[in-house]
Amino acid sequence: MSTSTVALVDYDEAVARFDPVIGIEVHVELGTRTKMFDGAPTEFGADPNTQVTPVSLGLPGALPVLNGTAVESAIKIGLALNCQIAEVCRFARKNYFYPDIPKNFQTSQYDEPIAHDGFLDVELEDGTVVRVEIERAHMEEDAGKNTHVGGATGRIHGAEYSLVDYNRAGIPLIEIVTRPITGVGTRAPEVARAYVQTLRDIFRALEVSEARMERGNVRADVNVSLRPSPDAPLGTRTETKNVNSFRSVERAVRFEISRQAAVLDGGGTVVQETRHWHEDTGVTTPGRVKSDAEDYRYFPEPDLVPVAPSRDWVEEIRATLPEMPVARRRRLQDEWGYADAEMRDVVNAGAIELIESTVAAGASPAAARKWWMGELARTANTDGVALEELLVTPLQVAELQGLVESGRLNDKLARQVLAGVLAGEGSPEQVAHDRGLEVVSDDGPLIAAVDEALAAQPDVAEKIRSGNLGPVGAIIGAVMKATRGQADAGRVRELVLERVAQD
Amino acid sequence: MAADLTRRSAADLAQALRSGEVSSVEVTQAHLDRIAAVDGAVHAFLHVSTEDALATARDVDARRAAGEELPALAGVPVAVKDVVVTKGMPTTAGSRILSGWVPPYDATLVERLRAAGMPILGKTNMDEFAMGSSTEHSAYGDTHNPWDLDRIPGGSGGGSAAAVAAFEAPLAIGTDTGGSIRQPGAVTGTVGVKPTYGGVSRYGLIALASSLDQAGPVTRTVLDSALLHEVIGGHDPRDSTSLAEPLPDVVGAARLGLTGDLTGVRVGVVRELDGEGYQAGVRDRFEESLDLLRGAGAEVVEVSCPHFDYALAAYYLILPSEASSNLAKFDGMRFGLRVEPTDGPATAERVMGATRGAGFGDEVKRRIILGTYALSAGYYDAYYGSAQKVRTLIQRDFAAAFEQVDVLVSPTAPTTAFKLGEKLDDPLAMYLNDVATIPANLAGVPGMSVPNGLVDGLPVGFQILAPARADDRLYRVGAALETLLEQRWGGPLLAQAPELPTAAPEGSQP
Repeated sequence: MSTSTVALVDYDEAVARFDPVIGIEVHVELGTRTKMFDGAPTEFGADPNTQVTPVSLGLPGALPVLNGTAVESAIKIGLALNCQIAEVCRFARKNYFYPDIPKNFQTSQYDEPIAHDGFLDVELEDGTVVRVEIERAHMEEDAGKNTHVGGATGRIHGAEYSLVDYNRAGIPLIEIVTRPITGVGTRAPEVARAYVQTLRDIFRALEVSEARMERGNVRADVNVSLRPSPDAPLGTRTETKNVNSFRSVERAVRFEISRQAAVLDGGGTVVQETRHWHEDTGVTTPGRVKSDAEDYRYFPEPDLVPVAPSRDWVEEIRATLPEMPVARRRRLQDEWGYADAEMRDVVNAGAIELIESTVAAGASPAAARKWWMGELARTANTDGVALEELLVTPLQVAELQGLVESGRLNDKLARQVLAGVLAGEGSPEQVAHDRGLEVVSDDGPLIAAVDEALAAQPDVAEKIRSGNLGPVGAIIGAVMKATRGQADAGRVRELVLERVAQD
Repeated sequence: MAADLTRRSAADLAQALRSGEVSSVEVTQAHLDRIAAVDGAVHAFLHVSTEDALATARDVDARRAAGEELPALAGVPVAVKDVVVTKGMPTTAGSRILSGWVPPYDATLVERLRAAGMPILGKTNMDEFAMGSSTEHSAYGDTHNPWDLDRIPGGSGGGSAAAVAAFEAPLAIGTDTGGSIRQPGAVTGTVGVKPTYGGVSRYGLIALASSLDQAGPVTRTVLDSALLHEVIGGHDPRDSTSLAEPLPDVVGAARLGLTGDLTGVRVGVVRELDGEGYQAGVRDRFEESLDLLRGAGAEVVEVSCPHFDYALAAYYLILPSEASSNLAKFDGMRFGLRVEPTDGPATAERVMGATRGAGFGDEVKRRIILGTYALSAGYYDAYYGSAQKVRTLIQRDFAAAFEQVDVLVSPTAPTTAFKLGEKLDDPLAMYLNDVATIPANLAGVPGMSVPNGLVDGLPVGFQILAPARADDRLYRVGAALETLLEQRWGGPLLAQAPELPTAAPEGSQP
């Protein structure tokens, strides 16, 4: 694997000379309790080959039974992507020999996908909206997982032996295929990333999958081709498999554009092949050459009956679809009155839900943003955790803000109370009480503290009395110190002036 | 006494067990003794599960003694074709590639046999993966026809049919993809029923062709088939193609048929299943039975099913196509035989190749190659696609015919049992054995073969076909014909079968 010798054209030059066209296939693992065609559980991280039945092991005699929840999830995804839902569709067998496919065929949908002909509007960071056309979304089952043991690379070449874990075999997958995405030019990598990110948000909003990229719940194959100009026919494409983070999707497209440009510049031709993505080095390397010899001998799966979702059911599902993330984001920005840049920061910080809940609990949108994007974002950043992992709930943030607004806490005290909440000491009210952190509103102790401060600095008291208000701050500071910051500075100032006048 | 027990029908045995005349242990042991005595000559069994069968028998006897209400066939033993998976009992499907495999689960129909308290005597021989019409394609040796040990017992379920014909088991389970229950029934003088597709769960049947396979009863009387059908039939949520409707009253229909009265029943003779290629004696017996049906009050008419002429061709595209995919899982990776290549690296692909090369027999390889070709890109429409269209036309032929008549009839197989080895080198001649049985599988309709007399001392069969879900019609007509024929013969056809050589004294001689 001599990646260092791959010729690349500078990205800007590449997109100046060629028009990139991309296409993306996304596989999402559904979060159903059981597998696509049998009752085996789908829990993540179980011991190898414990989440299996005769069906998911492909034992002789075993037969598939379709998971109804998976069909419902597929319809939800199809509707969210503005697709037509097929009135009748079938499964097919995709025949090929590989040890991670227990039956040596994958039960998939071939020419009859459950959802087809849709689109997804994808919003880029600067607010540009790109419409991505969806060719199809179909149901299939996942394969098992091979582990190649021995050898340096963890890949099959050079391995001494391989182990197969069939826990993943039969997990329901939905594969979503775009039509070629054209006309995005230099922004192709960004569009690819935003598309996958938007899909991920949709899967979560629909609650069909946890959609955790790092667990491989969402996997993208990115197709890239170049052509000399937008009116030229499509060029030969490569398919980079299993790109499993948003950043990698962007990088892989970018890399392929630079690499293919170099191939074409050198007078060569791009080979139609699948390529591997290397997260560490940020390059793609050749995989299988897609040739005519690859013949999956598809035919309708005779062990399953056709899927015929009734129109009533489809409409019932449509009626209960949640608001899609982009629409929701626009609505919330409007309601909250955030500037574009502010909203973008909130989105990027993953704070939408937290702020929404905080506002729902009574805080103003501005205050909610101030807390989550300020003090709490800093704490999360320092501790290296996500915002939602902090030991504070939106309800507590709203309660804290309520204490500030009622004058019982000032900003400084509020931060101390928050620290207590984050330390697990209880609700803001409780922390304020237990730590004795509250603005002193009773004048008695304040008057005593003011008198004490004035007595301790007679020369300053004299200056004030003579009309020089400059040194008032020194007395206020002394009072604040004496009351450990719990005094309302405005009230202290009033009292200082009153006491001096009375002397 | 013991020898008598093996001669009795399952219905008789069930009655004797209920009345306390005999115990299940006695009945089961009698059959195990009979297997020990004659199976050396017949070779119907690949595995005899003595301990398992006797344990079930003892359990049933104990429960009966305790006054428990038991299912109708409780205590009556049964043999199971080796294509059906049985937990803890070897299952090979007649193939070397599954030698030594012991399934970790039971087929639904086996669960139902066990729940019914039926001791499982063992697993019966068959053509490898049910591909064949003679049981000569078994990797574990030929099964011999009890009527003439030099002849084939039919196939693929020759073991189940021979076991029942040789009185080694009163009942057996077969599977029928193109005639594998009915054709062996015809050539061994036994009753075989292929239920409506979806009528008996396929869960746990090692698939040959998923859209054609169906398990069913193999017995000596029509009533026994109905009783066994009732045990194994009915909806199974683990088989997506299983019918939701309850099984029709097949036992009631069989009892009705036993009266011998068929007044008002319309019987259609399929013109395309009676003519060229049918042995003269086969046609004679068939005509004689039609006369008996007329005499019993049935109205017999001729009907035409023109597309049946293309059934064999369509079948030999659909079956290999599905089989090529169904058999892909046998690769040495997870279960069964594993063969490493003798030279070069043992990569997964090479181990798969070596295992399949060594584990599959020639007929299986022939059909995998046919099916792989028929499904290939560029050929799919011409082969698999066209065959599916023919299938639709055959379904329409049946639908049109059943507008005119209640059942369709034909000879079950064109000839009597041929000699072992006679057609082994001529696959096309072998395939023609199933010409009359295949249309039912393509259309999913039920079919039955009933013993129909002898030709030159060898049995022939009478086939009855009914509309899907109307399996009860088979039993009424079949039981009536059986009654009328037995009146003519003066007893069951199998009473005329020659005595079999025995390996050892069968206990105390009567």
